[in-house]
Amino acid sequence: MVKIVEKRPLTPITRLYRVYAPLIAKAAKAGQFVIVRVREGGERIPLTITDYDRESGLITIVVQEVGATTRRLGELQEGEEILDMVGPLGEAPEIPGGGHIVGVGGGYGSAALLCLMRELKERGENTTIIMGAREKSLLILADELNDICSHVEICTDDGSAGFKGFVTERLQQMIDGAPPGPPDFVIAIGPMPMMRAVEKTTRAAGIANTASLDPLMIDGTGMCGGCRVTVGGEVRFACVDGPFFDAHEVDFDEAVSRSKMYVKQEQKAAACQRSAAGAA
Amino acid sequence: MPVKRVDKTPMPVREPSMRAHDFEEVNEGYCFSHAMFEAERCLRCQDPVCIDGCPVRVPIADFMHAVAAGDLPKAAELLRTANPLAAICGRVCPQEAQCEANCHMTKRFGPVAIGHLERYVSDWEMEQPLNDEVAKPRREEKIAIVGSGPSGLVCAGELARMGYVVTVFEALHAPGGVLRYGIPEFRLPNSILDWEIQSLERLGVEFVNNVIIGKTLKLEQLFGEMGYKAIFIGTGAGLPKFMGIPGESLNGVYSANEFLTRINLMQAFEFPQSETPLSVGKRVAVIGSGNTAMDAVRSALRLGAEKAMVVYRRSEKEMTARIEEYEHAIEEGVEFHWLTNPIEVLGEDGWVTGLKCLRMELGEPDESGRARPVPIEGSEFVFPVDNVVLSIGTRPNPLLHKATPELKTHSWGGLLVDERQVETTVHRVYAGGDAVTGAATVILAAGAGKRAAEAIHADLTSDREEAGKAAN
Ligand SMILES: Cc1cc2nc3c(=O)[nH]c(=O)nc-3n(C[C@H](O)[C@H](O)[C@H](O)COP(=O)(O)OP(=O)(O)OC[C@H]3O[C@@H](n4cnc5c(N)ncnc54)[C@H](O)[C@@H]3O)c2cc1C
Ligand SMILES: Cc1cc2nc3c(=O)[nH]c(=O)nc-3n(C[C@H](O)[C@H](O)[C@H](O)COP(=O)(O)OP(=O)(O)OC[C@H]3O[C@@H](n4cnc5c(N)ncnc54)[C@H](O)[C@@H]3O)c2cc1C
Ligand code: SF4
Ligand code: FES
Repeated sequence: MVKIVEKRPLTPITRLYRVYAPLIAKAAKAGQFVIVRVREGGERIPLTITDYDRESGLITIVVQEVGATTRRLGELQEGEEILDMVGPLGEAPEIPGGGHIVGVGGGYGSAALLCLMRELKERGENTTIIMGAREKSLLILADELNDICSHVEICTDDGSAGFKGFVTERLQQMIDGAPPGPPDFVIAIGPMPMMRAVEKTTRAAGIANTASLDPLMIDGTGMCGGCRVTVGGEVRFACVDGPFFDAHEVDFDEAVSRSKMYVKQEQKAAACQRSAAGAA
Repeated sequence: MPVKRVDKTPMPVREPSMRAHDFEEVNEGYCFSHAMFEAERCLRCQDPVCIDGCPVRVPIADFMHAVAAGDLPKAAELLRTANPLAAICGRVCPQEAQCEANCHMTKRFGPVAIGHLERYVSDWEMEQPLNDEVAKPRREEKIAIVGSGPSGLVCAGELARMGYVVTVFEALHAPGGVLRYGIPEFRLPNSILDWEIQSLERLGVEFVNNVIIGKTLKLEQLFGEMGYKAIFIGTGAGLPKFMGIPGESLNGVYSANEFLTRINLMQAFEFPQSETPLSVGKRVAVIGSGNTAMDAVRSALRLGAEKAMVVYRRSEKEMTARIEEYEHAIEEGVEFHWLTNPIEVLGEDGWVTGLKCLRMELGEPDESGRARPVPIEGSEFVFPVDNVVLSIGTRPNPLLHKATPELKTHSWGGLLVDERQVETTVHRVYAGGDAVTGAATVILAAGAGKRAAEAIHADLTSDREEAGKAAN
């Protein structure tokens, strides 16, 4: 059982939680994740460790409510407990130093970049984060990111804040020389279509690019193979070999197709949850 | 009492047409009179060889005697002393290749039903009232067990009985290892595993779930800041192999581990009340022929598959599953396609539509001494299927030894152990079960856990004596 010490909304569908998980906080490295199960009978879902504090034993997770389990988590209040949490899982990414490192985040991805970018800054790297959202109110942790990146580039689809357009358009401008200048290394975390578009952009420009893949997972220990992805023609388990992989080698078609395996069932679970909520 | 030279008393089972649609236990168990009658069949041999077939040397002859005399408490005591997981082994041991293979009755009348009686007596024991006192450790030394499969459970229990302070760390959210996530409830109900775990808790064993040693905690932390004096690694062989044939990542293709974990650990059969989904279509092909394959194919039937089949490149003779599971699978309507080698999973729009196979024939013996299956030229054909479940074996999980380079392994991933078959290449770190042998059996894992407990006790005793001498 893991206690929720703090819970606050970041957007209408995204919440930040700080939970007491001292062993995980102690062992965590930037870029790793946990798997949680919210209640008896619940699914196990992976969530990135957005931040950790070894001293207080707290870790931060940022959750976008997209389906049954993430919404169920959203129903828990400060002081209540998450049934199961295991981690830290996966490997921290290896990011070469020296150049201009650009993190591209969409959805929960900007939050997932937080401690990674801070660590890079502490290493003395020149960093930029490009964060995208549909509109201003959906941007998350912009202030926090502002403190820890050399540059923050905000993109909204409707132009309500920052650059009007997709993160990839802004990335392309930078590649073409717009300040803060072309990247030497790109880290992409976010929805699959975004990571795929980023990969296309960096590939054309010959820029190294790592992406944090988010396939469906169960155990997170390498025991089921459900999280398998094809990278460079080889089958890899994202939970133990990843979640970061060389984006240029990833078979995105397959990854996207596999992520849709349970769309029908997910809708059913969500409907079931709604009707239970209606009955209550 | 006259010795009864009659056939083995059959195990009462539920009707195949009924049981193939739910996850209730297939075998109903002997009643008292079945048990008495069956125990009477034991010949009381001068030289009981059955015991040599049992990896943990259950004193079978004495046990039979106690059952026949109606002394169930004594029978239970004999059993449990030798085999702490008797209720489980009575259900899942491949008796036909172990104790019962050696029985003198086997040739003419069929063996004495050692497994069925073991189950009967253990089930009787589980119904007895318990005192819920939790035992207090009598020693100071703390021992950490990594993994809660049969090897870890037995090692924990033996050490707790010797008075040590024992903690079991488990990566998943529930203890039991394969007994929890692999073997389905129609063969091994969770209630039995839960009872075994509760008995260990009453012995004072502490269970800590959701901790992955090598990730959440390192071995050196267990020894250092946490003060454990010895560690037992029973992490199993859970890493699934894939075949490397085209189409393996199509939607609808599962490793048997994923398929069974979704069902057993995550209760996908109760979806959507339980929230983990599983996609089972009308036609399911399971590749492989071991216990895991049988469990997967019979689970597929129970989840509504109309055609559930096993596809295996060798012949029936080379099948590795327990004979009882094979027979039950046939009764339930599972199809078996022997000498059939899958070469490609076919798909459309990302989903499985078929399994392309080659027919095989048996050729010269291979390295394993078994006849090598060779493809028949031009015999390619396609099974139209909605799911493919791969059950072609597993390897030890590299997670812990990747985090602990001093922990040396064989090239295939099994942990190296000393001549006593217990201690790893790290001082006071012991290992047993599938993590050492590769995928094997519950009773071999249980036996390894017991052997390790004895070695840990011996080594810590000598450490204590050394320390005592040094202090004087
Ligand atoms: C390594 C890793 C780290 C992650 N980190 C975070 C994080 O920090 N914060 C966060 O909010 N989410 C994160 N995710 C995604 C998160 O695990 C999923 O959103 C969650 O499993 C959805 O569960 P659900 O039951 O609420 O929704 P479901 O009912 O399972 O799905 C609802 C909808 O979300 C989509 N979906 C399902 N799984 C994913 C997925 N893995 N990625 C994207 N969309 C998905 C489905 O296609 C469907 O449309 C991470 C995933 C991985 C693999
Ligand atoms: C589907 C299936 C059916 C089977 N049927 C039979 C049968 O009928 N009869 C029979 O005799 N045998 C059967 N077997 C084989 C038998 O179950 C195994 O040989 C036995 O369970 C091995 O026991 P173990 O203690 O070595 O490990 P396991 O049972 O594999 O348990 C290992 C445990 O360690 C945990 N773990 C792993 N790494 C870590 C870590 N780093 N930190 C913490 N925890 C960790 C795992 O999560 C797991 O819970 C079957 C196996 C399967 C998969
Ligand atoms: S433990 Fe297994 S091998 Fe030993 S007597 Fe019992 S059933 Fe037979
Ligand atoms: S989640 Fe099961 S192997 Fe990765």
